[in-house]
Amino acid sequence: MIRQRLRYLVPLGLFVIMVGFLGRGLFLDPREVPSPLIDKPAPAFELNQLHNPQYRFASRDMLGQVWLLNVWASWCVSCRSEHPVLVQLSRQNIVPLYGLNYKDKPSDAIAWLNDLGDPYRLSTTDTDGRVGMDYGVYGVPETYVIDKQGIIRYKQIGPVTVEALKNTILPLVRELQAS
Amino acid sequence: MIHRMLLVLVLLLPVAVVAKEAVPLAEDPQIEARVMALSANLRCLVCQNQALSASESDFANDVRREIRLMMKEGKSDQQIIDFLVQRYGDFILFKPPVKNITLLLWFGPLLLLLIGATILLLVLRHRNRSTEGSQRLSASEHQRAEALLQGQVTEREMTARDDSDEGHRA
Repeated sequence: MIRQRLRYLVPLGLFVIMVGFLGRGLFLDPREVPSPLIDKPAPAFELNQLHNPQYRFASRDMLGQVWLLNVWASWCVSCRSEHPVLVQLSRQNIVPLYGLNYKDKPSDAIAWLNDLGDPYRLSTTDTDGRVGMDYGVYGVPETYVIDKQGIIRYKQIGPVTVEALKNTILPLVRELQAS
Repeated sequence: MIHRMLLVLVLLLPVAVVAKEAVPLAEDPQIEARVMALSANLRCLVCQNQALSASESDFANDVRREIRLMMKEGKSDQQIIDFLVQRYGDFILFKPPVKNITLLLWFGPLLLLLIGATILLLVLRHRNRSTEGSQRLSASEHQRAEALLQGQVTEREMTARDDSDEGHRA
């Protein structure tokens, strides 16, 4: 009797497990590739500043602070939708936001910021995208949360949304600032 | 004669210059072949499941340019792969490395095959045993078979007789 039931229950059980895994898969975004750089030191860089190209900005200047590095470009469509969120964030003065202007023409980038507002303490120009490559940038915008020791703690792929900011990024920033 | 040949050469000069400009990537066909061979095994992250070698996206062009530069610097294929994995993760490889986390991925199919084979073996053995049991005839079945074989009675008569037997008993 039990054997008879097992004949049906075992395949049914396997089926349910499979449906569980496949169902979970439906809610994963295949575009979000987990970054291998999480919990690793942020790749060091030194680049010209967008507004004052005679000055340089080096990532090591930021040691001792929690900061956000936002990769953006004037040609990037989703950067436009993300922009008001960043402007809002910069007004709150919680965490310094730096821009990495990725594979862009400086004149286009400056015009874009003049047009939409500049949320960045400063932006650096990564015209040939070499620094972006070191950070494993493959889609713009991307945002990195970097802690006081210069370790990447989180990477937001795609636009920073109000929810991502409220639920993930800002709680993490506060936690890192407190430590 | 010599003058004419010189003239032809001079006239051909701009053609040669133009030809060189048109194919800047193929300046070193050996490196280009290596770039293509290596990037055939790498995934383009923005056009997923397309190979880097087959993509014309900005991302693929950048990575190929980087690979080309590193090859000119004399880096080995393995060094280049390490460089890319460090930045983009194992996901950029079409063939994931064997690690603890990928063990199931690599050996899962073999595991499934083994499970399937075991089940098949068990089922076959079970079936064998049950047919063996039914092959042994009881004494009356033996008699009946014997009668049939000798042609004394046909199958129909036999069943008729069985039926009437049962009728008597009832």
